Amino acid sequence: MTATDHFISEFTRLGRESAAAGPAWLRLAREAAVERFRELGFPTLDDEEWKYTNVAPIARTPFRIGNGFAVRGLTVEELQRVTFGEMDCTHLVFLNGRFAPELSRLRPVPDGVRIMSLAAALVEEPDRLEPHLSRHAQFEDHAFVALNTAFIQDGAFVYLPRRKVLEEPIHLIFVSAPNGSPRVSHPRNLIVAEAGSQAAVVESYVSLGEAAYFTNAVTEVVAGDGAVVDHCKLQRESEQAYHVATLQAHLSRSAHFASHSVSLGGALVRNDVNIVLDAEGVDCVLNGLYLAQGSQHIDNHTFIDHARPHGSSREFYKGVLSGRSHGVFNGKIRVRKDAQKTDAKQTNKNLLLSEEALVDTKPQLEIFADDVRCTHGATIGQLDEDALFYLRSRGLAREDARSLLIHAFASDLISRIPVVPVRTGLECLLMTRLPVGIEHREGI
Amino acid sequence: MLEIKNLRAKVGDREILKGISLTVKTGEVHAIMGPNGSGKSTLAQVLAGRDTYEVTGGEATYQGKDLLEMAPEERARQGLFMAFQYPVEIPGVSTMYLLRAGLNAARKQQGLEELDAMDFLSLVKEQAKLVEMDESLMNRSVNEGFSGGEKKRNEIFQMAVLQPKLAILDETDSGLDIDALRIVANGVNRLRGPDRAIIVVTHYQRLLNYIVPDRVHVLYEGRIVKSGGKELALELEDKGYSWIEEKLARA
Ligand SMILES: Nc1ncnc2c1ncn2[C@@H]1O[C@H](COP(=O)(O)OP(=O)(O)OP(=O)(O)O)[C@@H](O)[C@H]1O
Ligand SMILES: [Mg+2]
Repeated sequence: MTATDHFISEFTRLGRESAAAGPAWLRLAREAAVERFRELGFPTLDDEEWKYTNVAPIARTPFRIGNGFAVRGLTVEELQRVTFGEMDCTHLVFLNGRFAPELSRLRPVPDGVRIMSLAAALVEEPDRLEPHLSRHAQFEDHAFVALNTAFIQDGAFVYLPRRKVLEEPIHLIFVSAPNGSPRVSHPRNLIVAEAGSQAAVVESYVSLGEAAYFTNAVTEVVAGDGAVVDHCKLQRESEQAYHVATLQAHLSRSAHFASHSVSLGGALVRNDVNIVLDAEGVDCVLNGLYLAQGSQHIDNHTFIDHARPHGSSREFYKGVLSGRSHGVFNGKIRVRKDAQKTDAKQTNKNLLLSEEALVDTKPQLEIFADDVRCTHGATIGQLDEDALFYLRSRGLAREDARSLLIHAFASDLISRIPVVPVRTGLECLLMTRLPVGIEHREGI
Repeated sequence: MLEIKNLRAKVGDREILKGISLTVKTGEVHAIMGPNGSGKSTLAQVLAGRDTYEVTGGEATYQGKDLLEMAPEERARQGLFMAFQYPVEIPGVSTMYLLRAGLNAARKQQGLEELDAMDFLSLVKEQAKLVEMDESLMNRSVNEGFSGGEKKRNEIFQMAVLQPKLAILDETDSGLDIDALRIVANGVNRLRGPDRAIIVVTHYQRLLNYIVPDRVHVLYEGRIVKSGGKELALELEDKGYSWIEEKLARA
């Protein structure tokens, strides 16, 4: 049996129980997706888009669909250890891919706003889902998106009617807990922000325990005219976890979208962030930070599609790589013929802390319009010896000086995260990843 | 305070310091002059512990201890301070943080209590006023985007806060206008005292009008080729380095 066959037989096995339950349009999408997955198979290093990331460890493991109920008994206290203050805000918890209402909390929201599990929305609000679910994240060329679509079951659904503003961020917490054989979950999230609405959504991926498992997530974001959406993703799973995720955002006129992606955990991580600026005057920000150590592999693929005029994109990714870790940054920016007056800026900076650490960085600019401003730059470097010596010459121990410089490098991105508890939580977490913990003080 | 004997140092295959001997006693101020590329900064950096330079011979004793054995931070904590000729920009690390960490590391070493935030702040404010350093600069990242003059002033400010026993100033006067020069000189003169020593590396006599040195040395191609009193600086200003070169050629 080939790797693909295994996942397909899982589909067949599950199909009998759950697939039949959804609306007809979803059944069709699932069928088409599994068919496409069968055709595509898992990508190999020969695929241009997967050149630096070998997914063979995922393909050869017979992952089975996780079951949230098997880890029932998980307490809020246990969850608190792996979250940063999200528990005080509205939060939806998913255990091995399934919504866990007993661990979740919904605070009162403005009229018409929906924050619920996708499984519930498929039953209660299928008409709201139909125009968007699986309409934006294309699975034609992406085996993992196809796989996720084939297994759409649960995740979060957030809906903001016109001009509704959520003051508080919404936290989506995806917890994986080992239960027996290697598990896979396919979280599927849909965020629809109608014209003029505003919200911040934080996706956190965390592990309880150290077992190997696979998370294959897809999030679709649809922002209407003038909507403002901040999306944060924190990937801090165990160093045995496999994590593949696609964030697909579709932005309308004068919408503002920001994606903050922080990857700290995982054995093998691949993030795709695809943004389509499909109307005039869209403004988007893509920030990313990846910290890899040991033998971690973290791949960030971003694609910003400037399809209409007067769009602006600001992309800033930074990586810190130590041990034998491997980082990949591939940032594609396409400016279509129509997209005059586009203003795009991309920066990728990498800090290598060891001889064996490695990074592949590849900017890809495809510009078909003539009146545009596009800049990009990538750097790979070590800690600045002159700066290290300067700090030591003022009395700082070598390791403290190293920590301070690494901290300065990474915290620059963390400080841009708009959600306060996430920002402060990450600051603390960053400290634990430094050669020595530096005391956290105001104004480093 | 500092005794250097026949110190040699190289970078790669290139020998830069070719046997330097220099004794600086407590309470003294020494000036080191010399043409570009003669090795002045190399000497300063070697004394501060920069490992780009390999010490191939000789010795340096600081307060009775083997200086060359110590890590740079160790030297700093024992009261050695070097003001860089080219101060480094360090984005993301504020001067305040750096100074507090440095000062407390030294205090800890000396068995003193760490300064708390309030005491530290008042110390820093007082010193900032003395060197006429804008307080907003200290809260910014070290030297990031500073003008040349601001960088030099920041070095003097750090010196004033850290109160070193032995200060080595590497061309802190270069590129400063006359007001800034006066501030730098005042900073040095305030530090001057019977239990401290100062080495100023400079090209210009004008600084030495404010900081009157006890001894002046001429460094030339990695060697101290002439030493004398403060009048030597005037003579050099008058006759230029070619005067030294001619003398050496004749010898
Ligand atoms: N890191 C280095 N690598 C290679 N060569 C070096 C290095 N540092 C210094 N040198 C060389 O050693 C010589 C002495 O340099 P140094 O900076 O000590 O001179 P200096 O007397 O301070 O000059 P200036 O008056 O221009 O500051 C020069 O020829 C310089 O090019
Ligand atoms: Mg010099």
